[in-house]
Amino acid sequence: MNEYKELTWQGLWANNPALVQLLGLCPLLAVTSTVTNALGLGLATLLVLVGSNITVSLVRDWVPKEIRIPVFVMVIATFVTVIQLLMNAYVYGLYQSLGIFIPLIVTNCAIIGRAEAYASKNPWRRSAFDGLMMGIGFSAVLVVLGGVREIIGNGSLFDGAELLLGDWAAGLRVELFAVDYPLLLAILPPGAFIAMGFIIALKNLIDHYREQRAKQPAKQVTRARVTAQ
Amino acid sequence: MIARSMQRNGLILAAFACAATLLVVITARLTAEPIARQQQQELLQVLNQVIAPNEHDNDLYQSCIRVRYEQLGPPPQAVYRATMNGEPVAAAMEVTAPNGYSGAIKLLVAVYTDGSVAGVRTLQHQETPGLGDKIEIRKNDWITSFDGREVRAEDDPRWAVKRDGGQFDQFTGATITPRAVVQAVERAVRVFKQHQQDWFRQPANCNEPVPSTVPEKAEP
Repeated sequence: MNEYKELTWQGLWANNPALVQLLGLCPLLAVTSTVTNALGLGLATLLVLVGSNITVSLVRDWVPKEIRIPVFVMVIATFVTVIQLLMNAYVYGLYQSLGIFIPLIVTNCAIIGRAEAYASKNPWRRSAFDGLMMGIGFSAVLVVLGGVREIIGNGSLFDGAELLLGDWAAGLRVELFAVDYPLLLAILPPGAFIAMGFIIALKNLIDHYREQRAKQPAKQVTRARVTAQ
Repeated sequence: MIARSMQRNGLILAAFACAATLLVVITARLTAEPIARQQQQELLQVLNQVIAPNEHDNDLYQSCIRVRYEQLGPPPQAVYRATMNGEPVAAAMEVTAPNGYSGAIKLLVAVYTDGSVAGVRTLQHQETPGLGDKIEIRKNDWITSFDGREVRAEDDPRWAVKRDGGQFDQFTGATITPRAVVQAVERAVRVFKQHQQDWFRQPANCNEPVPSTVPEKAEP
């Protein structure tokens, strides 16, 4: 596997920031009550992750390792603030829908985690790609979790999508079944923990199954899963 | 040796801090004007929502006065007055609820001269997406539950969320946000009832199209 293929695999599955590294759980659990919100946070995180990975990778040679963490924190905070200001000034429509997610990203450890684990040791192109893949992996989990919680809690899907994606998305909304009272457990954070637990369990189950299958045919196994990190 | 490296690291850290601060300051300066313009445009739209265009015949935005009341949030606040044939109809106040779940919530509260609420809208907030952000009209029509409400003279227990024994719904999982909004609107209505006579007599005094561009302080 070449480096990019490996990064894709790591980011989307083997080392998924939400399912395996369990990073950024605070915004993840707070925001995923609907698919729309989940997508919003996912997109915003993706953008910041790519940007911060590039920035950290570019400055990595000037940063002694003793003070790398405070420097990375500063770089990320600056980056997020600048993006927020620029969005507020020039893409107001997008800011109105994504803006509320941006402050949540500063508290997302997935970003400093990637800066520390990857971007601080690799050239900027690979770091950007790593950020992209980790961001997509994170967003995918967010969307799945948001979908599960929205269906169980509200009986709908894509509620409010037009706020994020524009008016054409109003037709995306699907009412699966009508609920008089939303199921609180699914909408509140405890429900998010429970749903998250099931998703992680499912992932482990799939990994287990794959491992079993890889073992059986031949004894000398080329392991499909690479956990080196 | 250790002292040397500490010194060096300290300097590098300071350099990064300076560069980061500089970058943020520059961006804040450059974006202050477009952001103010965006907010003004937004305000115009919202003004037309809370006081219907057919209820007044003056230019709301031009008929603005600056007032200073602690009850409405950090002063000065803008008040937009609506008149019909020169007779006062209603006024829309910029109000800040300081005690939202994550910081201040900026509201626009419009009240008719008889003291009933004409409409309330959220201008700016940082409440939790999916929970507290239902105060936005785009997400939920809760904010319209103020329409037509009145505040009784002294102490009015109905002006509270239902959990506190009042008449306004709270949100599932978010009580602090609606509580802050209800209290802010109540205070605004009281200030209006007390001072509306004065307000409608004053000449308009905040009518530069864009508040002149040197920003005193960038909005967070």
